Amino acid sequence: MSGPAPTPTPEASKDSSQLRQKEMIARHFDRLAAAPETGEKTAYTFVPGNLSELLLSFDVLPVLPEINSLQSAMRGRSADYISLAEKLGHSEDVCTYVKSDIGMLKSGNIGPTGQRLPNPDLLLLSYTGCFTFMKWFELLAQEYQAPVTMLQVPYQADGRITDDMRRYVVDQLRRKVIPTLEQVTGRAYDEDRLRECLALSAQAEDDLVAVLRAARHRPSPIDAYFGAVYYVGPIFSSFRGTRAAVDYYRALREEIEQRMAHGLGPVTPEGEMGAERFRIVVEGPPNWTSFRQFWKMFSDEGAVCVASTYAKVGGMYDLGFRHDPQRPLESLAEYCLGCYTNLSLPTRIDLIVRYLEEYEADGFLINSVKSCNSFSAGQLHILREVEARSGRPGGFIESDLVDPRYFSAANIKNRLESYFQMLQQKSRNPNPVAAS
Amino acid sequence: MRYAVGIDLGSTTTKAVVLGEDRRPLGRGITNSRSNYEVACQVALSEALIDARFSLVARELEAFGLEPGAREALRLELERLFRAEQYRSQLAELRRVLDRNCRRLLTKPAALPAALTRILDRMGAEVGDLYAPGARRKSDFFRDLAGSRYLALAEAEARASGVGFDLLAGAFDKAILEVENSAAAAGRFEDHARAAVARLSRPEPLLHAAVDRAAATELVQVGSVGTGYGRQKLPFPEAQVRSEILCHGLGAHALFPGTRTVLDIGGQDTKAIQVDADGIVTSFQMNDRCAAGCGRYLGYIADEMSLGLHELGPLASESTRPVRINSTCTVFAGAELRERLSLGEKREDILAGLHRAIILRAMSLLARSGGVRDQFTFTGGVAKNNAAVAALKALLKENYGELQVNISEDSIYTGALGASLFALRDASGGAA
Amino acid sequence: MSTPPLAELVARAEALYLDYRLGAVREWKRKTGGLAIGYMPIYVPRELLHAQGVLPVGVMGGREDLEIIKGDAYYQSYICHIPRSTIELGLNGSLDPLDGMLFPAICDVIRNLSGMWQSLFPDKLAHYLDLPQDFDPELGGRFYRHDLERLSASLVERGARPLTSEALARSIELYNAERREVRALYELRRTQPWKLPTHELYLFLRAALVLPVEESTELFRQYRQAVLDDPGRKPLDQARVVLTGSFCEQPPLGLIKTLERAGCSIVDDDFVQVLRFIRSDIPVGDDPLGALVHAFLTDAMASPTRYVDRGRKGAELVQRVRACGAEGLLFCAPSFCDPALLDQPMLVKAVEAEGIAWTAFKYAENSGQFQVIREQAGTFADSIKLWSNA
Repeated sequence: MSGPAPTPTPEASKDSSQLRQKEMIARHFDRLAAAPETGEKTAYTFVPGNLSELLLSFDVLPVLPEINSLQSAMRGRSADYISLAEKLGHSEDVCTYVKSDIGMLKSGNIGPTGQRLPNPDLLLLSYTGCFTFMKWFELLAQEYQAPVTMLQVPYQADGRITDDMRRYVVDQLRRKVIPTLEQVTGRAYDEDRLRECLALSAQAEDDLVAVLRAARHRPSPIDAYFGAVYYVGPIFSSFRGTRAAVDYYRALREEIEQRMAHGLGPVTPEGEMGAERFRIVVEGPPNWTSFRQFWKMFSDEGAVCVASTYAKVGGMYDLGFRHDPQRPLESLAEYCLGCYTNLSLPTRIDLIVRYLEEYEADGFLINSVKSCNSFSAGQLHILREVEARSGRPGGFIESDLVDPRYFSAANIKNRLESYFQMLQQKSRNPNPVAAS
Repeated sequence: MRYAVGIDLGSTTTKAVVLGEDRRPLGRGITNSRSNYEVACQVALSEALIDARFSLVARELEAFGLEPGAREALRLELERLFRAEQYRSQLAELRRVLDRNCRRLLTKPAALPAALTRILDRMGAEVGDLYAPGARRKSDFFRDLAGSRYLALAEAEARASGVGFDLLAGAFDKAILEVENSAAAAGRFEDHARAAVARLSRPEPLLHAAVDRAAATELVQVGSVGTGYGRQKLPFPEAQVRSEILCHGLGAHALFPGTRTVLDIGGQDTKAIQVDADGIVTSFQMNDRCAAGCGRYLGYIADEMSLGLHELGPLASESTRPVRINSTCTVFAGAELRERLSLGEKREDILAGLHRAIILRAMSLLARSGGVRDQFTFTGGVAKNNAAVAALKALLKENYGELQVNISEDSIYTGALGASLFALRDASGGAA
Repeated sequence: MSTPPLAELVARAEALYLDYRLGAVREWKRKTGGLAIGYMPIYVPRELLHAQGVLPVGVMGGREDLEIIKGDAYYQSYICHIPRSTIELGLNGSLDPLDGMLFPAICDVIRNLSGMWQSLFPDKLAHYLDLPQDFDPELGGRFYRHDLERLSASLVERGARPLTSEALARSIELYNAERREVRALYELRRTQPWKLPTHELYLFLRAALVLPVEESTELFRQYRQAVLDDPGRKPLDQARVVLTGSFCEQPPLGLIKTLERAGCSIVDDDFVQVLRFIRSDIPVGDDPLGALVHAFLTDAMASPTRYVDRGRKGAELVQRVRACGAEGLLFCAPSFCDPALLDQPMLVKAVEAEGIAWTAFKYAENSGQFQVIREQAGTFADSIKLWSNA
């Protein structure tokens, strides 16, 4: 559900952290492509509730189907993949990440870098915050021979993590996930190694949080929705718990602090952004098929996203959570339990209201995607409640993750323009235009 | 005289409102939207400017001290004769274009030129009747008025002369585009107005003088703002473009200053807008991707029942036992309708159910935008449909209690009016 | 016991089915002063509620005739219908007699609805029942048991009796009896489908949702007796089909009637799944709560809301089709139903491997027109009759 660096279009502007990230990702996909020869083990798994450090401690390489789907969308392939999956009997009503992935699989499983993805040695179903994940892995289990192990992460229905929840996750790790990893890799569980990885995670997490919180500055040096897709990429995907991620986030933080010191705004694919006119909090995932066009609709209006819930689907670090080498499995459990889509609606409402205040935003926008009921079901309630509690205006637009049929540029632009013009009208002390 | 103009480029029609510096609307113009938005804007604006001159005539008559009743009678008489003159002028242009196109045809029936001439002669002879005092016309658009007469005459001509009807109809379809897009064919105010005055049954020196003065007034555009569905395509600089949401909010406020909630049901979309005491939008919602519940849905139903759009409301109002319709899915509209009819349900009962279903969708949108507050202003094409209005009023009362529901005769101009107010404010140095 | 005439029983079931405002529940509360707790489809352990003196009330959304005025304001067009009607019923006061709602883990829409309920009805209990997807007693079983204990404690906080093993054992026996009656009705449908048309049986399944288990069991018994005694019902020439996919948002009655009129005899289905979710009697033993948990882990239907391991996907469906001698399968799912529609390609694969004929269509609980489905189902029924006669 998250995104590392999308394959950039040739003329897109990039800063040095982005180039560094691109190299990290390229190396990862090289290793994946070579896995059948090198014998490195691979696990297919999901971003929310991923067990990066545990996989690292077993030297297992993760493949993330969600990321593959969003990358397919950015490369303009998802429409064909989805249509292939629908021909194979998948309903037009269901998640397009799944269909894009199935279509890619049925088209030779060529990944975002043009290299073939290896077959999994393990299907690690981290069932966190999304019902569709479970179905997705039932579908994948039909395609591959690899063992499946599931980690069910209870839903924070009452807005908190209970001891029972934590224990359930830890017990599953100990009694199911770890033994399966041992079996697949032929190696024993090495808790010391896991602790090392967790310590590295926590370092990178500190720097990521500093980057995200830089948006409290005026003007914000980052875009915490579109831009954050790049910032969260390494930590949400395959690099949490690595030295490379620590270095990346240190460099990124320095880069952002520099921008802040110079009073600069975010860099967009079109270059440096103009003056910051609106500060916006965004709820919901981005659209990937028209990512750059979508971003431009904001940046052209001087709208900067200062906080987003999407940048928290892979972990709520900004609220204080850190992986803890002293409590390895417990902290992995708390990480999984705390991902954004695992939060109850009232908690999500509280969070958005808090972001509006902390980041001094002018308003909030909901991008409601057809594919993702975990995000979307209840967003109209969120809209109403957040407006009522914050007194700040909300906007509502609809699109999809990776199905270009559901991105109507004219329609979305119309709504965004109306919304920004409304903000502008409201921010100005209304100069009454009375009419006769 | 200085004026500001607002233009609302909608999916089916383009509207222009000309506003004087006193913020009073001077004139309004409307035309069919078509692929060439620039032309649509020009035509709407020139219509609005003609209408503005009529307002000036009325003001002159007022200055001469005429009673309101007498003023209005003179104005109506002038307008009737003016429109007849304008129709003649456009008819002459139609004849010219048809003739030219006909000459360009390499192969054609020998009888074609004469057939066209006979049709146009007959149409010319009918102008007096078409614009006779008290005569009712089905449309204000030249395309509709001339089209229906032309096609009727062409059918007779085809039978009599053996020239194919399709050929005649095709010739009209091609020519009308050019004619309706021609500002020259629509003519200048002073020419038609003077000709109209000359045709008066008895001399009206005051009207004569008023027309002279109105024609002599120089109209200077000081600002313009464009809005509407097609506003991206408007020949306007970006700073002069406003979202239709803002314009609708402000326009509704101008029509009914007590407005707090606006519902607009147009051809392509439905909007629920909340405004503050100054007409500034505080929140809004638009229908989602699917066109269910928009005016367009009624269009499909009308087509399916072979009725005119304007006939739906009155028919639905005859219902005594409305049918419950759950789906307002445009795709299934035809199938649902046929199934209901095959079950023996009455057309009026089905129609009443459909109108209620559309209004239910609008109620959802209103709830999403923050509910309904007093006063409530209903705009857009569907606001002219009495069955929709009745269903809306009933549901408003059930869900929000008693409140004042405003519907203006001129609600179609709401967006353009708001745009013109923005234009005036921009021109007078107020911020956008 | 004497059995009332069939028509009278059907009329009673229909009245209960049609009563949105839960008159029977209001009446029960007036008489007993007890708590009534609603629950969403598929499965909740009703035994536990009953043992604490609480009336469990099934809330299966609206029907074709519920006009949605407020509920649509909460949902985008690409979300299924049941949460809209449920919110509508909540906001229009129909659910006022309920002291709370249980939201079992069906899908993300119902999961999120639990949070909306907390915020829309802060005075009521809103419990998300996070059913385990791990079926190991030491893992999922332990977690589930704790969740049930937590639920039980919340009921006590609202005035229910504390849970005792004795009471729970008694309740399990009562629900075992109800399950036996439901199984007997389905067995009758299998052997003599003309005796009880599905559109009629369905009314009784729905009616049971608002009655105390003692009454619903008796209603089922009387109904079965009445149809057995009725000499008027004669065999029909219909295609025997199994219907699957309608486990959450329930189909409109008109759809069931349409399928039957189109020549399909629905010999098994997954309507009102809560009544049959646990497949056999639950053995009570020394630890009734443990037995309830164990039954969920080991003896539940392979609902698409549950994780099903590789190799077993579709096996239960194939077995059901075989067991009731059906000639075809109808995939009949609500539009935008994630569990049903994501499952469907896997089930299709499994039934095709067995050479079972199938067709698929979608509905919403408020669908009003079935012309396309009628033609599709009619053609399907004709074709499988043709094959089986050949």
